[in-house]
Amino acid sequence: MGDVRRQRIDELAARAGRVPEGEGGVSLVRSAFRRLRRNPVAILGAVIVVVFLVVAAFAPWLAPRDPLAQTLLSEVRPGAIPGPQEGFPLGADQLGRDLLSRLVYGSRQSLLIGVVSTVLGAVVGMAVGVLAGAFGGWVDTVVMRFVDILLSIPSLLMAISISVLLGQNQYALMIAIAVTQVPVFARLLRGSMLAQRGSDYVLAARALGVRHGRIVFGHVLPNSLSPVIVQATLSLATAIIEAAALSFLGLGDPDIARPEWGAMLATAQAFLSVRPALAVWPALCIIVVALGFTLLGESLREALDPKFRR
Amino acid sequence: MLRFIVRRLLQLVPILLGLSVLLFAWLRALPGGPAQAALGERATPEAIARYNELFGLDQPIWVQYLRFLGRAVQLDFGTSARTGRAVTTEFLERMPGTVELTVFAMVFAVGVGIPLGYLAARKHGSWLDSTAVVGSLLGVAIPVFFLAYLLRLLFAVELGWLPGSGRQEVRIDATHITNFYVLDGLLTREWDAAWDAFLHLVLPGIALGTIPLAIIVRITRASVLDVVNEDYVRTANAKGLAADTVRRRHVVRNALLPVSTTIGLQTGLLLSGAVLTETVFAFGGVGSAIYDAIFARDFAILQGFILMLAVVYVLVNLLVDISYGLLDPRVRVR
Amino acid sequence: MQRRPQRVLAASAATLTALTLAACASSDRDSGGGEGGEAAQSGGTMVFGATSDPVMLDPAFASDGETFRVIRQVYEGLLTNEPGGTDPVPALAEDYEVSEDGLEYTFNLRQGVKFHDGTDFNGEAVCFNFERWYNFEGLAQSPSASTYYQDVFGGFANTPETPNVYAGCEASDENTAVIRLNRVTSKFPAALSLPAFSIASPTALQEYDADNLSGSDDALTYPEYALEHPTGTGPFRFESWDRGNGEVRIVRNEDYWGEPALLDEIIFRSIADGNTRRQELQAGSIDGYDFVAPADYQSLQGEGFQVLVRDPFNILYLGINGGNVPDSGANPALQDPRVRQAIAHAIDRQTIVNSLLPEGAEAAIEFMPPTVEGYAEDVTTYGYDPDRSRQLLQEAGAEGTTLRFFYPTEVSRPYLPDPAAMFQVISQNLTDAGFTIEPTALPWSPDYLNAVQAGGADIHLLGWTGDYNDAYNFIGTFFAAKADGLAKAEFGAFNAPEIFQALARADAEPDPAARTVLYQEANRLIMDYLPGVPISHSPPALVVAENVSGLEPSPLTAEVFSTVSISE
Repeated sequence: MGDVRRQRIDELAARAGRVPEGEGGVSLVRSAFRRLRRNPVAILGAVIVVVFLVVAAFAPWLAPRDPLAQTLLSEVRPGAIPGPQEGFPLGADQLGRDLLSRLVYGSRQSLLIGVVSTVLGAVVGMAVGVLAGAFGGWVDTVVMRFVDILLSIPSLLMAISISVLLGQNQYALMIAIAVTQVPVFARLLRGSMLAQRGSDYVLAARALGVRHGRIVFGHVLPNSLSPVIVQATLSLATAIIEAAALSFLGLGDPDIARPEWGAMLATAQAFLSVRPALAVWPALCIIVVALGFTLLGESLREALDPKFRR
Repeated sequence: MLRFIVRRLLQLVPILLGLSVLLFAWLRALPGGPAQAALGERATPEAIARYNELFGLDQPIWVQYLRFLGRAVQLDFGTSARTGRAVTTEFLERMPGTVELTVFAMVFAVGVGIPLGYLAARKHGSWLDSTAVVGSLLGVAIPVFFLAYLLRLLFAVELGWLPGSGRQEVRIDATHITNFYVLDGLLTREWDAAWDAFLHLVLPGIALGTIPLAIIVRITRASVLDVVNEDYVRTANAKGLAADTVRRRHVVRNALLPVSTTIGLQTGLLLSGAVLTETVFAFGGVGSAIYDAIFARDFAILQGFILMLAVVYVLVNLLVDISYGLLDPRVRVR
Repeated sequence: MQRRPQRVLAASAATLTALTLAACASSDRDSGGGEGGEAAQSGGTMVFGATSDPVMLDPAFASDGETFRVIRQVYEGLLTNEPGGTDPVPALAEDYEVSEDGLEYTFNLRQGVKFHDGTDFNGEAVCFNFERWYNFEGLAQSPSASTYYQDVFGGFANTPETPNVYAGCEASDENTAVIRLNRVTSKFPAALSLPAFSIASPTALQEYDADNLSGSDDALTYPEYALEHPTGTGPFRFESWDRGNGEVRIVRNEDYWGEPALLDEIIFRSIADGNTRRQELQAGSIDGYDFVAPADYQSLQGEGFQVLVRDPFNILYLGINGGNVPDSGANPALQDPRVRQAIAHAIDRQTIVNSLLPEGAEAAIEFMPPTVEGYAEDVTTYGYDPDRSRQLLQEAGAEGTTLRFFYPTEVSRPYLPDPAAMFQVISQNLTDAGFTIEPTALPWSPDYLNAVQAGGADIHLLGWTGDYNDAYNFIGTFFAAKADGLAKAEFGAFNAPEIFQALARADAEPDPAARTVLYQEANRLIMDYLPGVPISHSPPALVVAENVSGLEPSPLTAEVFSTVSISE
């Protein structure tokens, strides 16, 4: 059911749909950018996100070592994991691999899971939303009923069900998280499109005899994107945290040698008493990245929301 | 009002039907199908045939679905492959624990969250405000299971102040009537048992309550700020009403509306989503049962629990909708 | 005992003939308690952290460690294991005689023993149990139910097509039970020390419908008996089982025939996560737990806890699917002995033992621990030599061979404390030697066991903890020919008649000395053929709080808690 949850999504959609007089899509984005640049919180968020994206992109150049090489394995003893030393600034993990290199490479996998699942969820969700919003009528009713059913399943339970269904593979995790995002984006986009339907420029276009499809894809859709962008930025944070949770539940990437923060954090719980750093570092990475996306998302929301422009 | 409630209840029907279709399809889609899921990979073809016949899996798909639905309505989800007990029995036995935990977590989140959010808004821009904002962002960003481990390591292991796992100290021989342990202790006047069960709720409750706490702080703060700027508050202030009166009559009452819905939504989520916290604290609720079922490939438990939890979630949301309707007459009109 | 055993394990003939069974058990029981004048304190409750709940509590249907742990305290069999050792010793039988032809065993039973429900223990009760097992019907016959009975005895009364060892039981008088066999097998009577062959009260079995299993083969629903009324003769009796919280309570049996238990009560509390178990011990809410993570041996000892290390009585191996199970998609390259040797040379066992396993672990050169009779010092060994691996692969024309490597998740076995770490190290070793690894992780039970036992993996990690001191219990379990004349699917159903014959010959040899020589020969043949790579023997440990005494670690993980006491 989640009437209220739906309502919340709808509010976000409706707000962003209130395009102020005289401002088209482009200038809206431009003015939003202007506001963002003046907001220190937004800048902090953006810096965090950019830093991690750069680390992920240039991991092979930034990481001091091969993240898979068990270089210090012979020095590992049960109950004694080599700490920071020359060439290993953060020390080794329980299999003698360089922790720093694993964190650096781990950013790739973690961000990839976040980005792919969010993009996938957003694209499919938007397609569903457009389908409902553009056609209206019974298509709208049927599609939105289905979306409501999906919204009525708590997201972690849904992700678990889908992971179990798909079995353990690299993509199962992404798909599982993506599916939990689909209904949110679908409802968001549809709501935002509906909010525009009665707006002056749509009425004007219609009066001018512009075709329905052209109005939808040329005007309504582009103008409905801003809440989607806000939601996507916030979803990235959720996706990364949710991926860590699924890894903890043993539903993560089956290639356990591949560094990924969630999996590293989950594994490190067993060595908390031996070397807490193994848990603390990946946890910090997850928290900081999630924080970065959240800050950026919230600032975007404020920047794009006309309500905050008094 | 009654019509509103009836309409909402009727709207439940298609949602529940849809849910049942999804979970029916889910079990069908599992590798090897339901027979294999129930009997295991080593099952002989005869055993599978027997099972298929027994559960009507040789029938057309819609007949199968109707049978599934028929059993689901009677809360019959088969037996757990791991324990051999009825799924519903397991659920009813474990749900009270989760409910207790959720109640504690929400009381914690509301009790701390609303005052904190209100103060943050009142002192907009102060260090308290900034701390509340940063804290609420951190609260959402920290993985729950990591927070749970930290709490347990610090307060249960290092300091030894609070119990770090389970629902009750096993050395206490407590009587259990309702399976709500705190309540049981109170009913039977076994005060030590009730107190002990309560202490066992503290750490998992805080871990579980952190996300709702963060959200409630944020929403309370935002909505108080919103309301303060609303025209009627300005009018009231301009009219010269005492600041206290304005606060009580206008600000608090109106600001709490969105907060109350958040509370409802989060309650629903916690009831169904305590998998991580319950697992870390070895807390015998529905969440830890789901975790066990994932590893035992206990599909009967997974299917039954997920369906029943989704129903609980839907019902809690319905209650939220109805109470929202009671609080805000505008909703009823929509 | 640590995993679902496969087909019938035969054992060396007359294992027990060398045993002096005259020793009175009550004197055995004194060990572990207080020494000299200082008597161990009686009373108190112990909370012990188990890894999971028991499956149920009927010994006849038990096959996993946590179920056995509870059953060992509540029930007794005709024989048991010597405390801290691996040899069978008398329990409910004071001694026994074997007929000339080895087909008739006369057990002289202990007198004055009562079951927990007051029923007398006597010859009739013994025969009732044997007859019960033999006459199982329906779901009780499923391999996941009466696992051990089928492994040791074979078929049932109504399955004449399956060979069956048990011929009949007769209670010739109150204190005598005569058990007749259809053929000689060395497993009998040693196997009677297994908890699966505990003697249960006939009254309770009947009253609570013990044989009435329902559900399906792999999702069995157990009757009231197995869940609420397990009734044996042991030093503790069953009190309650709270399944919502995973707590099994057993209390002292005041009418125990031997030295009564010291503790008033034991609570086995199920805590799945190893970290949680450790932290609960540190926080004082449990008094001990099993399967200490190797990383914690030292730190726990440093904090004043007693880490009780068992002697390694197990083997971890890398199984190779070197045959051709139809439709399993087995890798044909593994039929080439050079490729199997390349795998063996690639693995750095010494580093594995040093870095991943607890202190006291040893690298293995063959498929059984050195303490078992029949261990051969002079088998072919395959030392760590990646260059040799690459060279062998090149000779075999199999460079870059892709191996589907299976490993279990979310499980900790006595021989394999951390499967994921073990997998990653071996995987890296093999990659370094020029193999390509395709990993598959599966939950231990049932997925993993089913998959690897059906031959679904190219290579996989598995191991075994011995049930009693017998070479056949190790290498026979792994490599004896099945009914179809081939090895188990787990090892690719390879065909190596010389190994099969050597095992069968050794099993049939009545003379212990000659048998040992034959088993040594079998070990040499196995290591020449190399159906898998033995990796290590690892000492699993229990840990208890400082104030706990009298718990003697058993290599078989068969601890009895009656001698345990706890001081304030």
